[in-house]
Amino acid sequence: MKVRLVDIAHARSGDKGDTANVGVIALQPNWYPLLVRELTEERVAQHFRGVITGDVQRYELPNLNALNFLLHGALDGGGTLSLKTDAQGKVFSTALLRMMLDVPDREATALGLPSAR
Amino acid sequence: MKQVVRVAAGQGFWGDWLEAPRRQVEGGPVDYLMLDYLAEVTMSILQKQKERDPRMGYARDFVGAVESVLPAIVERGVRVIANAGGVNPVACAEAVRDLAAAKGAGGKVRIGVVTGDDLLPRLDDLIARGHALANMDTGESLSLVRDRVLSANAYIGSTPIVEALERGAQVVITGRSTDTALTMAPLRYEFGWRADDWDRLAAGIVAGHIIECGAQCSGGNCLFDWRGIPDLANVGYPIVNAHADGTFEISKHLGTGGRISVQTVSEQLVYEMGDPHSYITPDVIADFTTIRLEPAGDDRVRVFGIGGRPPTDKLKVSIAYRAGFKAVGTLVYAWPDALEKAQLADRVLRERLDRLGLRFDKIMTEFVGASATHGPLAEPRADLPEVQLRFGVRGDNRAAVERFTREIAPLVLNGPPSVTGFAGGRPKVEEIVAYWPALIDKTEVRTAVEVIA
Repeated sequence: MKVRLVDIAHARSGDKGDTANVGVIALQPNWYPLLVRELTEERVAQHFRGVITGDVQRYELPNLNALNFLLHGALDGGGTLSLKTDAQGKVFSTALLRMMLDVPDREATALGLPSAR
Repeated sequence: MKQVVRVAAGQGFWGDWLEAPRRQVEGGPVDYLMLDYLAEVTMSILQKQKERDPRMGYARDFVGAVESVLPAIVERGVRVIANAGGVNPVACAEAVRDLAAAKGAGGKVRIGVVTGDDLLPRLDDLIARGHALANMDTGESLSLVRDRVLSANAYIGSTPIVEALERGAQVVITGRSTDTALTMAPLRYEFGWRADDWDRLAAGIVAGHIIECGAQCSGGNCLFDWRGIPDLANVGYPIVNAHADGTFEISKHLGTGGRISVQTVSEQLVYEMGDPHSYITPDVIADFTTIRLEPAGDDRVRVFGIGGRPPTDKLKVSIAYRAGFKAVGTLVYAWPDALEKAQLADRVLRERLDRLGLRFDKIMTEFVGASATHGPLAEPRADLPEVQLRFGVRGDNRAAVERFTREIAPLVLNGPPSVTGFAGGRPKVEEIVAYWPALIDKTEVRTAVEVIA
């Protein structure tokens, strides 16, 4: 089943220099392991290909049912140097939430995941 | 010792809601009002102001904030802690003293001033003695931009603020204190936490992180259930209700809008986060993977379980330097084929700049309404009602950037059709003041506290 990340997680993003961070939080605690499995550094780097110039680092916060991603080279130099509308990475959060996940039907049903519209 | 110490956040940055400090003090019982004014580049803006007038260089909004709460804080003994001092904390304190005198509270408000974070006068000496102040992100030596440095300030911790409180200051003004120290210091002072009580200091830092962006933890900018967040027009700013054991609850005043829930607090916790295991501050390293949250009633979240460990022997230094010029111009193209028209205008503009021989370090085009914020991740939509062409250039040559600003308006008559939205006039050339993060040995930075009345 296709599941859209925005339907199973919420997120907030910010900046540190030329790096954007995106914190992704599972909407339900029992959906967090799925995020840990699916949202690998490679998968997220692939998602942001052509948008960021650097690599992706991931940290786990099981206490908050959250993953924290650092997207390097995301902000055209960052801060005041940047010419981007989103110079401070404020909406990289929802850019990540556009991601589509492929979840086996049986698992999706067991977890009660909403299907992508 | 107080059972509960209440620290209310009243500003999340310089430019935040002017109503918030007064609402926090008047809306219910609080012990401290915490006001955070400084972002990464704010210091350099303040440094420029101080160069023009040696009595300036601090966040002037702060004087207005104090004025808005003055009768209430004098009457109820609420103490105010702010990093509004910028690059001139002493002038900021004098302005507050003069305000108090003018409002009939002369001598009633003791003002603590924390100095010592400003490294600009000592910069060459520090470099000469072998401090490279290398860029933490790129590793480059500061000598690369030394002649363009505008300001250099060490991020300082809670200790001098605690000292000012011990000496009876009712208003404490700092320069480049960390945002989180402004909240942690009064807890350390009230509960007598030792300087090596790592778990409790870390708890104070986490409390500070949660409220340092004001309403961003109480329903503002919250994606989770954003339609359901009540009465944002009347949003309540957050309050830390702290206990001696390092646990605390986040709340807001009764009758205010917004929301405090595990979700709103979680979103703020991950904001601007790096490695969650190591949230490094001058006082302590907090481990954000230990934080536990649980609902504690309406608009109330309990926070506990926080672990910390000793800090490093360095302080972070915020250096600002001149880094060239930039300008951004915009035009709006309307249906039909709005995006195609904007794309043609982009090509025309680039060709003209090229023929003029203008060279820039960077030219960036965005199509606002189509793809500006999510780039290629945005799904293409046919037949947009309008698209804004947003065209920016950056470079060392001011004249070239200036010349670029003259090339936008002509497109209205000599470019693609159905164009409007030029009412703002020619784009403004901005000098770029960029941020250079570095580290310095803690032993090199000596803070001082003065209390005036």
